[in-house]
Amino acid sequence: MSTYTQKKGFGATLWDYLTTVDHKKIAILYFIAGGFFFLVGGIEAIFIRIQLAVPNNDFVSAGVYNEIMTMHGTTMIFLAAMPLIFAFMNAVMPLQIGARDVAFPFVNAISFWMFFFGGVFLNLGWFLGGAPDAGWTNYASLATHSKGHGVDFYVIGLQISGFGTLMGGINFLATIINMRAPGMTYMRMPLFTWTTFVTSALILFAFPPLTVGLFLMMFDRMFGAKFFEVAMGGNTVIWEHLFWIFGHPEVYILILPAFGIFSETFAIFSRKRLFGYSSMVFATVLIGFLGFMVWAHHMFTDGLGPVANAIFAVATMAIGVPTGIKIFNWLFTMWGGSVKFTTPMHYAFAFIPSFVIGGVTGVMLASAAADYQYHDTYFVVAHFHYVIVGGVVFALLCGTHLYWPKMFGTMLNETLGKITFWLFFIGFHLTFFIQHFLGLWGMPRRVFTYLPGQGLNNGNLISSIGAAFMAVAVLILLLNVIITSVKNEKVGNDPWGDGRTLEWSVSSPPPFYNFKQLPLVRGLDAYWLEKMEGKTGMTPAEPLGDIHMPNSSILPFIMAFGLFIAAFGVMYHVNDKPWALPVMIIGLLITLGSMLIRSVKDDHGFHIHKEDLIDNNNKGVKA
Amino acid sequence: MANQQLNSGNQRVDIEYRRRKSAEEMRYQIVSFALMIFLTLIAFAAVAIKFNPWYTAPFIILLAVVQVIFQVYYFMHMSHKGHEAPSLFLYSGLLVGLLTILTFSTIVWW
Repeated sequence: MSTYTQKKGFGATLWDYLTTVDHKKIAILYFIAGGFFFLVGGIEAIFIRIQLAVPNNDFVSAGVYNEIMTMHGTTMIFLAAMPLIFAFMNAVMPLQIGARDVAFPFVNAISFWMFFFGGVFLNLGWFLGGAPDAGWTNYASLATHSKGHGVDFYVIGLQISGFGTLMGGINFLATIINMRAPGMTYMRMPLFTWTTFVTSALILFAFPPLTVGLFLMMFDRMFGAKFFEVAMGGNTVIWEHLFWIFGHPEVYILILPAFGIFSETFAIFSRKRLFGYSSMVFATVLIGFLGFMVWAHHMFTDGLGPVANAIFAVATMAIGVPTGIKIFNWLFTMWGGSVKFTTPMHYAFAFIPSFVIGGVTGVMLASAAADYQYHDTYFVVAHFHYVIVGGVVFALLCGTHLYWPKMFGTMLNETLGKITFWLFFIGFHLTFFIQHFLGLWGMPRRVFTYLPGQGLNNGNLISSIGAAFMAVAVLILLLNVIITSVKNEKVGNDPWGDGRTLEWSVSSPPPFYNFKQLPLVRGLDAYWLEKMEGKTGMTPAEPLGDIHMPNSSILPFIMAFGLFIAAFGVMYHVNDKPWALPVMIIGLLITLGSMLIRSVKDDHGFHIHKEDLIDNNNKGVKA
Repeated sequence: MANQQLNSGNQRVDIEYRRRKSAEEMRYQIVSFALMIFLTLIAFAAVAIKFNPWYTAPFIILLAVVQVIFQVYYFMHMSHKGHEAPSLFLYSGLLVGLLTILTFSTIVWW
């Protein structure tokens, strides 16, 4: 279509993205927003490391440190890692299953805008009298008694962005169940699609407990409820349970798509079929299943009793088994393959030892008796940074390089990519490896400073130097992005040369309807199969016909914006501000009004006609 | 299959077969509807008789579970083909929910 070749003004492009329901553009929106929050969370991390670089530092005060530390965790988990993962899911998953879009394109747009406005609201705390300061876990009692509006920003902001995530998860489930191309059976789905599927199921079951917990917290803080107030018959531990029933699956929500990205990378750059595909699928499902039965290992020191601790300890250790299966499958995928060390492959390769270190400390932490020693020390900090940075962030950087051509049509510079990798890899281990020992030497988590002469000086300084390396690595990545975008050298369908799955069979970026004719999938790694038989593209599964497409709409943006306005009303209602109630009502009216418009206005979308498709440069019709 | 509409334009639809299927379906629905009313009456009766509440409460919950099964299988057609994915997710959700209740009732509340 001509839409891609036309030069558009800035206003038109902006309007295009505000109203888009196309999964590829929503992916770019997620990518930009998630990338922005990743930088914000990164700056917070740098502040933390500057503050802790030397003993008795006064770079920030204790109160501000609490806010920075809380917002670093919250931002990185909810506003950086998850949206970036959603970006790749949106960009790649529909292409991998041979679909023209997700099942509910309109809802997809709502998901993004809810996340976005929730995230913006959460960060507005910095400018409106203090950010959340009760840790990313926001434990009750501490959180319910936190002064000012900080925790309110956390509760309302996460509630709004959580709705978006939940809708996104349901959307992906519906897409994968219903919209696979002809021949794409479940056991032929690429592993990234499988992990997206299991992750979406985890989102479906894990986010409602968070929603409930946040509502209880919101009522306690703003409307005088006493759910967590022990003196009034409440129970403060309930928040911990609700939070971790969500929070533990959440870490699998993050890591499973990372496993998916690495599985694709290993197969592509080893130029071999993924070893043990069915056991990989099995392990993914099993991890998702077990992920719901281990949450109390975050609460071993709560005094749950030896029986409960033992059960949760054993369940936690059991998760090591399917994860081990995966590690060995990746190793065997590389074994005997003709491995190409591209930038994505660097990340995938480095991920294995890094993640295994995180897994080993995970099993150490899982033994309840030992956990009494490790609990709330830097050992825990080191553990979860090893799994989240060494697993998830490596995967995100890997995916950025791997899927950049598919998302933007250009290749990131490989040399700069490798420089980024080495700086990040060295910086990561420099920062976090020593933190294991800091923890074992007795440095507690979440302290804003420490005294000299406790043996913590050198370790903390090393850690801070490592953080600087990672910061430089991210700056070089940004430079790489800018250089690549300015050069703007377009690439073809399969720029890595060894693409195996359907997304590499369409142009980069794909046309807005993805597939002119839905492809016929004849096995696992469908595109690779066709290439091995000497074909250049997929065999179509249907004759060329009209394609039904959804219309763009500004309503998703307005719906989420209404909730954003209402959030201010809800929050300042506590202060008896006279304008709070009207603002809340106006905001909700905007949201409900736009929902009403969506319901009563018929929107049947439009058709791309067959003739327009044939006119395209490469004739889609094959004999 | 049988949950599709009768008046489709498809010529090859066997109207006789459909009609028989629908009649059968209707019979199941009426039977389960009658049973559900009956179970509701029992529940009310259990409260009216004023048994020990430690007996009445679990008993009513049990009846409720039976009613949910009737509802889901006979009125929401989960007994039909093509509902594998929804039932998988229903049961997974149920499992997660029950696990939570089990944990809360063993280590939080008592």
